Amino acid sequence: MADVSDKRPATSETGREDSKMAGLSKASVGTFLAKQGILVAFVLFIIGFTIANPRFIDPDNVLGVVRSSAILGVMALGVTFVVISGNLDLSVGSMMSFSTIVVLDLHDKIGPALAIPAMFAMTLCLGAFIGFLVGYLRLNSLIVTLGMLSAIHGLTLTYSGGQNMDIADKSGTWFSVFGQGEALGIPVPILMFLALAAALGVILAKTPFGRKVYAVGGNGTAATFSGIRRARVVFACYLISAFCVACAGLIQASRSLGSQNTVGQGMELEVLAAVILGGASLLGGSGTIFKTVIGVLILGFIQNGLLLVGLQFYVQYVVTWIIIILAVWLDIAAKRGRLWSPIA
Amino acid sequence: MKPGTLSTFLARGAIWGFIVLELIFFSIAGQFFSVSDNAFLDPANMLLLLKQSAPIGIIAMGMTIIMINGNIDLSVGATFALAAVVLLDSMTWPFMAAMGDWAIPLAWTFALLTGAVLGAINGLIVWKTGVDAFIVTLGSMLGFRGLVFMYNGEQPTSHLNWTLVDFAEAQFLGLHTATWFLLGVTAVIWVVMHRTIHGRNAYAIGDNREAAINAGIRVGPHMMRNFVLIGFLAALSAVVFYSESGSVNPNDGQLYELWVITAVVLGGTKLTGGSGSVISTLGGVIAIQLLRKGLGHIGADTETVNLVIGLILIAVLFLDRQLNVKGKEALRT
Repeated sequence: MADVSDKRPATSETGREDSKMAGLSKASVGTFLAKQGILVAFVLFIIGFTIANPRFIDPDNVLGVVRSSAILGVMALGVTFVVISGNLDLSVGSMMSFSTIVVLDLHDKIGPALAIPAMFAMTLCLGAFIGFLVGYLRLNSLIVTLGMLSAIHGLTLTYSGGQNMDIADKSGTWFSVFGQGEALGIPVPILMFLALAAALGVILAKTPFGRKVYAVGGNGTAATFSGIRRARVVFACYLISAFCVACAGLIQASRSLGSQNTVGQGMELEVLAAVILGGASLLGGSGTIFKTVIGVLILGFIQNGLLLVGLQFYVQYVVTWIIIILAVWLDIAAKRGRLWSPIA
Repeated sequence: MKPGTLSTFLARGAIWGFIVLELIFFSIAGQFFSVSDNAFLDPANMLLLLKQSAPIGIIAMGMTIIMINGNIDLSVGATFALAAVVLLDSMTWPFMAAMGDWAIPLAWTFALLTGAVLGAINGLIVWKTGVDAFIVTLGSMLGFRGLVFMYNGEQPTSHLNWTLVDFAEAQFLGLHTATWFLLGVTAVIWVVMHRTIHGRNAYAIGDNREAAINAGIRVGPHMMRNFVLIGFLAALSAVVFYSESGSVNPNDGQLYELWVITAVVLGGTKLTGGSGSVISTLGGVIAIQLLRKGLGHIGADTETVNLVIGLILIAVLFLDRQLNVKGKEALRT
């Protein structure tokens, strides 16, 4: 802590930073902000946008936002496991395109009741392959999933022959229930998102497996020495990620009942942004499902809020950029006890 | 022979061996499956190949230094697009239009400055906040793309200047303008990496950042200079490419970062930093372009390319770990 008081005069160039540093030096406030800062930011956002446009907290609007965030959110849940275990998954976007195309194609060939399990099986195979490479062969996850991003994209295009996939009879299928249905007045995608979040949240926080995921990501060597089979845990994390991707693909396919080959392109990085925004460290070992959900909602509400105050769609990219950097910066600043980086 | 010498030699030469294999394979396979009458090894075809690898190649040179540093830059595709928009749009500004052909160097300067400034923003954030370069550039990848859209909406930006097109399509000593730029950039970066203090520091920082700091290297400014460089090179790549095509879509350059990183990794640069070579990166760039062209030559669908390149990337990673003694530890996650 001596370091903090030494450096404080040098770093407090403006009053705002000064107050931030003062807050950080008080352990309790600092810890609270470090742990719940993203939640505080979320609440501030909601208040700000509501003042700008009261329609923002209209229940219909809120449901609409959560519903359109559900696909991204479901994928982010799985990626949270992978990131906590200390790895990355850049292949979820093209994997989502794959599962969407596959389920749409099989829907007309073998019927929805068989198409859905078949699609889940194929997507899980891809996840198992990545899990094998990263877990058992111990290859670098960034490069492996980068390679798989490209490979699965190629696989999807080969499968579909580059054509858009459409269901022949769009009005007469019960398949649309996953994307367009409602239960108890709540859209099914939201219910799926919440159910998955609850289930995975319990698995991560309350089971031995969840603790192993944190252990492997926090300190892989120590985890190995304490008898945890690292490879098996990493493998399972990629399977969970693939399962979530399959669910996202199901929602996507069912919502539009037709799709391009590139429907998930670029989503891997948005998903990662949501997970990071939720406070998971890319080094592994930290993050929770709840915070990821908050991260997803922040991205969704920013997008919606900016549209409601009359800004163009793409302004959200710039705002997201600033928020990601600020969130991660303040997070690590709180951990190291000073705002500016110590590297010379 | 010292242990590891053979494996080092194999690892260094592997990319060129791979290129030779590709050439042989596509020449022979081309005899049976070719969709065109020309031989694959036709000189004109090879020259075109070099020209087509220039946009990715020029950026890959910058990415090599960034990755030797132990960093990564995911925002190059968006920087590429923004520089292209500035290049083409600035030539339509009234005072520029009045200058005639003298507007060209000025437009180039604007575009290159744009790239350098965007790189500086990344570098400054990495330096001052200490946030990992992966996250910083992941954010700016979104942010810069947003700037591209804010600049000109979803409309393509177009401006054809025939002097510029003539320049871009010119051939000097048989090589296209773009090829000369690629070779020039490779040569300059090679000199920087092997004959200057900056280059030596780059390897030192990637190898052991703590040790580099203790040795008195100013790591922050060093990394910032590299980010300015890669931003500049991404803009240069855009300048070379769009001088010829004259029209840019706001989505152009998407996934470029992935192609560039693939090329650099194929060239043997380690993600963990500290090792890598510009010449091998050139090999990686050519290998990818050969694969794209070759698969097209034997009549495979273009989509197969993605599949093959992805699997090759993983295979290279696996082989590299088996062959390279140092890689055995370095690549373990």
